Amino acid sequence: MHRVEIQNNIHTFVVTNFLFGQTLDLQAEDSLLDNGVIDSTGVLELVAFLEEHYGIKVEDDEVIPDNLDSTGRIAAYVEMKLSCAA
Amino acid sequence: MCGISGRLNFNREPVSREQLGRMIGTLSHRGPDARGVHVAGEAGLAHARLSIIDLEGGAQPMSSTDGRLWITFNGEIFNYIELREELVSKGHHFATRSDTEVILNAYREFGEDCVHHFNGQWAFAIWDTQDHKLFLSRDRFGVRPLFCTQTANSFLFASEIKALLTCPEVQAEIDIQGLDQIFTFWVTLPPRTAFKNIFHLPPGCSLSVKDGVVRIHEYWSASYAESADAHTANEGQLAEELSWLLEDATRIRLRSDVPVGAYLSGGIDSTITTGLVRKIAQERLRSFSITFEDAEFDERSYQDEASAFLGTQHSNVSCSSSDIARIFPEVIRHTEQPVIRTAPAPMFLLSKLVREAGFKVVLTGEGADEVLGGYDIFKEAKIRRFLGRNPNSKWRPLLLKRLYPYMQNIQRQPTAYLKHFFRVAAEDLSNPFFSHLPRWELTSKLKQLFSAEVREATAKFDEVGELESALPPEYRSWSYFGRAEYLEARYLMPGYILSSQGDRMAMAHSVEGRYPFLDYRVVEFAGRLPATVKMKGLDQKHLLKRAFRGRIPESIERRPKQPYRAPDGKCFFGATTVDYAEDLLSPAAIRQNGLFDENAVTALVNKFKSGRPSSIKDNMAIVGVLSTQLLIHQFVNQRNGGNEPCIESRFRTTSTLLS
Repeated sequence: MHRVEIQNNIHTFVVTNFLFGQTLDLQAEDSLLDNGVIDSTGVLELVAFLEEHYGIKVEDDEVIPDNLDSTGRIAAYVEMKLSCAA
Repeated sequence: MCGISGRLNFNREPVSREQLGRMIGTLSHRGPDARGVHVAGEAGLAHARLSIIDLEGGAQPMSSTDGRLWITFNGEIFNYIELREELVSKGHHFATRSDTEVILNAYREFGEDCVHHFNGQWAFAIWDTQDHKLFLSRDRFGVRPLFCTQTANSFLFASEIKALLTCPEVQAEIDIQGLDQIFTFWVTLPPRTAFKNIFHLPPGCSLSVKDGVVRIHEYWSASYAESADAHTANEGQLAEELSWLLEDATRIRLRSDVPVGAYLSGGIDSTITTGLVRKIAQERLRSFSITFEDAEFDERSYQDEASAFLGTQHSNVSCSSSDIARIFPEVIRHTEQPVIRTAPAPMFLLSKLVREAGFKVVLTGEGADEVLGGYDIFKEAKIRRFLGRNPNSKWRPLLLKRLYPYMQNIQRQPTAYLKHFFRVAAEDLSNPFFSHLPRWELTSKLKQLFSAEVREATAKFDEVGELESALPPEYRSWSYFGRAEYLEARYLMPGYILSSQGDRMAMAHSVEGRYPFLDYRVVEFAGRLPATVKMKGLDQKHLLKRAFRGRIPESIERRPKQPYRAPDGKCFFGATTVDYAEDLLSPAAIRQNGLFDENAVTALVNKFKSGRPSSIKDNMAIVGVLSTQLLIHQFVNQRNGGNEPCIESRFRTTSTLLS
């Protein structure tokens, strides 16, 4: 799966799930935490989405802002996980 | 405890007895035992009575023995016996044994300053037929409600908003600014309510109307200035003093001509008040509690333990998610404001249980968390401040896990994220609202659901600035802890805890709550205490626990704090969505009322229907939207025959009383 496609999917998930469908000018590099997009349960929801949607397993020590704090980082992380699994 | 209402016509036209009857008729749940209306020319007072003291002689409205003053009164003056003796010694005569007559004579003796002599919970109005002056007063903490409004020719007041709305000249419109405040602080800022041009008299305030001029006077305000004496006293002495004060506060709250019961939640506070009742009254005591089907919220094991320890005859009512969904419209009819938690609903079931057991009065532990350092928000602020002083510390974030042991979402949270959620910006440390910033920031996110029109209209409001300008001048001289306690006790307590969760749920079934922790002597004593004895380290209510060690079960003293909560959003979306929720959250209904964005609400509803995990924010959002829609449906659209939008003449926010 191409990174752009992954990123679009994730962007859609974030907008529908955390922003109640409201449009927000959310760029690939924007921090989900700093912009208040994601709250404490949101990380867990995001992890559940990634595992179900992409069939990957997110390890506890991978749940860090470096991997998951922007749609761009999430896409890169998912791409890396998918390539490892392949 | 009762319901009151009244009217004063500025043009001196006689008040209509029928209209007074209609007003008080809406408050019969507050006072099912008797109803009275008195018209004295341009003023009229009405009363719905729940008979508790002087069952024979306490009928209202009541006049002074000389016929000059008339009163309608809701509440209790607990020190009325001592005050009566004092007034008799000053030459006053009494025709009854009631506390109502004590207020009348105290007013004759002390004038408006009479309220300084009262230890109690009250909302009353006195009409002086000679001076043509109306005098209203509300207790120090806002235990009893009192709403008012002003039209071109009249001033109106009542225990509940629904009574005011029986008057054709009073408009039923949602106040956009009030809504904006609820979606920030959970409450409106006094004197605003969720309804435009309808106000509540703030706690600790009196109001007079004479010659068409309305004057509000704050006769009492809380202080958190720690006293030098309390700093030098040893903890044992302070614990002893607190214990004595609470015992006396309980003793005078047992004054009643009907039996008194007790709420027993399984926490420290109600175990202490129930224990004090047992000690003082010595008789078999009935206690009452809520249990939840959902183990996450249930505290029955602690309730049973407390009941066994104290030897009460205990009854409980079980509350399920479907119960909450079933009664929620009725609950909102009583809260008369949007809420973002369903927690009032179980309290509605609890008061029903109490009433069906034949009780009109219960003592509860309300107020302890606010005045003696019990809330988690105080602990959270302390930890955040500790983190803020050394943001790079590796181990300090681990303390965050200790914050909310009962919240699974927080416990499962990776520390890296937890640290970010509770992050402290350097500038936050000097913010006067440091303790409350995370709560207000989270709640404000619900405004994403506002319609574009409402977002535009509310963008100009500065809620936090308004709150800041209302702070007492000495606020910044108080400790961080005292400031946080003040914000809870001044805003959330009267605006939500004592109203939506307190008076309004209890009085829905004609039950009066009495709160020993909110005796003003206890509150003033607690305000003078050093913050370090209220919360020692991270030990909440440290002094209170010390004062009652051995008098409550050890397991209850040692258990982690579990705030009272109830299942939220999922109640409305089980196997099928509850009918009224489906209707009121539909795009058409959302569009009709104009407050929320239909696409945003639909996205939220779909999230709940899908069964996907929902966040704290999602739950607050769905309850906030649904309760607002229910409020409009029941109070605005039905009254207006369903034809008028709820925000007609939109966004005017000035008013005579507020300006």
